[in-house]
Amino acid sequence: MIKEFINYISDPIRSFPIMAILFFLQMKFYRTFGTKKFYALLMLIGIPLVFLAATDPNFLLILTWPDNVPISLLILSLGFFTWLSFHKAAVNDARIEAGEPPVEGTPEMREKVWCWPNLVYTELFMMIAATVFLIAWAIIFKAPLEEPANPTWAPNPAKAPWYFLGLQEMLVYFDPWMAGVVLPGIIVVGLLAIPYLDTNPKGNGYYTIKERPMAISLFLFGFLVLWIFLIIIGVFMRGPNWTFYGPFEFWDFHKVQAAFNINLSEFFWVKGLNMPMPRSIFLREIVGIVLTFAYLSLPGFLFSKMKRGKEMLERIGNIRYYFLVFLVLSMGTLPIKMVLRWLFSLKYIIAMPEFEFNL
Amino acid sequence: MNTLAIKGGKVMSEETKTNINRREFFSYLTVGWVAFTAAVAGLLGLTFRFTFPNVNFEPEMDFLAGNPADYEEGVDERWKVKYGVWIIKLEGRLAALSNICTHLGCIPNWLAGERKFKCPCHGSGFYQNGINFEGPAPRPLERFKITMTPEGTIKVDKTKIYRYEKGQWDNPESYLEV
Ligand code: FES
Repeated sequence: MIKEFINYISDPIRSFPIMAILFFLQMKFYRTFGTKKFYALLMLIGIPLVFLAATDPNFLLILTWPDNVPISLLILSLGFFTWLSFHKAAVNDARIEAGEPPVEGTPEMREKVWCWPNLVYTELFMMIAATVFLIAWAIIFKAPLEEPANPTWAPNPAKAPWYFLGLQEMLVYFDPWMAGVVLPGIIVVGLLAIPYLDTNPKGNGYYTIKERPMAISLFLFGFLVLWIFLIIIGVFMRGPNWTFYGPFEFWDFHKVQAAFNINLSEFFWVKGLNMPMPRSIFLREIVGIVLTFAYLSLPGFLFSKMKRGKEMLERIGNIRYYFLVFLVLSMGTLPIKMVLRWLFSLKYIIAMPEFEFNL
Repeated sequence: MNTLAIKGGKVMSEETKTNINRREFFSYLTVGWVAFTAAVAGLLGLTFRFTFPNVNFEPEMDFLAGNPADYEEGVDERWKVKYGVWIIKLEGRLAALSNICTHLGCIPNWLAGERKFKCPCHGSGFYQNGINFEGPAPRPLERFKITMTPEGTIKVDKTKIYRYEKGQWDNPESYLEV
C-alpha cells in the first residue's frame, strides 16, 4: 500500500511539484532547516526509512547496482553540505540581526595561516586518502563492463554517465539542439557570467540567506531542483525504454505508458480552429513564434516597470539586467515545458522539423 | 638586464644578477620555446592522427534484401543488426525504414506486443510505419531508397534518404508496390 503510494507520487508529474514546494519551504524556513536538531531528526528518520525500504527487492536492486552506490553516497554528502551552508547562514543571519559581525568576520576567523604547510599537508593527505579509497573500491566492486559497441544496437535503457542524466532527462522534453547544445551552453555561460552580473557585495566571504534571498533561491532552484533532482530521477527511476518506474516497481520491459504528444500548431489549427494545417511553415507555427517572442521579451519589460525591478534595473544597468532576465527565462523553459507536457501532452511550441528547429 | 631587473619596481638580488647574463638568458629562452613548440606540435599531430583509426570501417551502403515474397505484413527485423534497416510491409507496400531515432540518434527497439518502435534513450515512440507519436522525437524515422533489380530481388540503397515531413514518402523510389 505505502509502497504503491510512494511509486505513485514519485512520478515526476507529482514529485516535481512536490520537490518545488519542499524547496520553497526550505528557503522560507531556512532557520529551522538550518538547526542541528533538524538535521539530526532528518537523519534519525531518514536512515532507518532507507533501510526499511531496502527490504524491498526492487529497491534493493537499484540501490546496490554498482553504478548507483557512489551516487547514493554523493546524494548523502550533497544533503549534508546543503544543510551545512544553511546552518551557517542561519547562524550568521541571527548574529547580523543582533548587530554582530558574521562568524567569518570575527577577529579570530580573520587570522591568516601559511599555505605551506597548513593547506599543502591537508591536500596531500586527502590525495592519499582518495587514492586508497579508489583502489579499495576498484577491488571490491567490479566495473560493470558491457559488450563491445555496436552501431546498430543500443542497451535498454541507454543511460548517459550519471552527471549527464539531468541533461538526458531534459532531452525528454526538448529537441536535441536545445537540450544538448543551446541550454547547456547557456548554463555554462550563465555560471561564468555570475561574477559580472552580480555586483551586490552582500554575502561576499560569509554565509547569509537573509541578505541575498533572491539570488540564492534562484541559484539553488536551478541546482537542487532542476539539476540534482532530475539526476536522481534519471539514475534511479528510469528503466527500459526510458519509462518511469517507481522506486518499488519491477522494471518490467513491457510496461506501457500512454503518451501521445502533439505540437502546439496542431492544437491551434486542427483542434482549436478545426481546419487543416496551413502549408506555409511560418504561418503554421505562428502561434508558437509569437508566444516565444512574448515569453522572451515581456517578463523582463514588465518586471522593470515594477518597483523591485525598477530598483534592480537602476542598480545594475540595462545590459546586466536583460542578460540576467534572459538567463532566468531560459531556466524557466524547463519547468514550463515539463508542465505543458504533463498537462497537455504538448510536444513542441515551435515545431519546424524541416529546418531541424524545434522549441 | 636592467629593464628586466627593475621590472615591477623590484630590484633583482645581487646573486641572480651575477648568475645569468643577458645572452645566456635568451639562449635558455630560445631552447625552452623551441622545445615547447615542438612538444605542442607533436601532440597536435598525434591528436590529428588519432582521428584516423587503423580500421577500414566502411559499412556497405546498399544491399540486396531478398524477394518480396520473403516478407510478411508488418515489421521485419532481419536486416536490423547488419545494415540498420527495418523492412516494413504495410498495405501492399514495402519500405526500408532507418533504425536511427530522429531525436538524438539512438537505436529504437521494435516492440512486437505494443506494435511500435520505442527508443531506449528518451522514450520516443514510432508507429510501425515510422511516424513519431510519443516522446521528444521531432519527426518520423527516415526511409531509404528501395528498388527492384531486373532479377526480381529487392535492393536497398542507404545513400538516398526520404523524409516524411518533406513529403518525400510519396516518391516512387521510397517504396515498392507488391
Ligand atoms: S534518441 Fe531516441 S528518444 Fe532521444
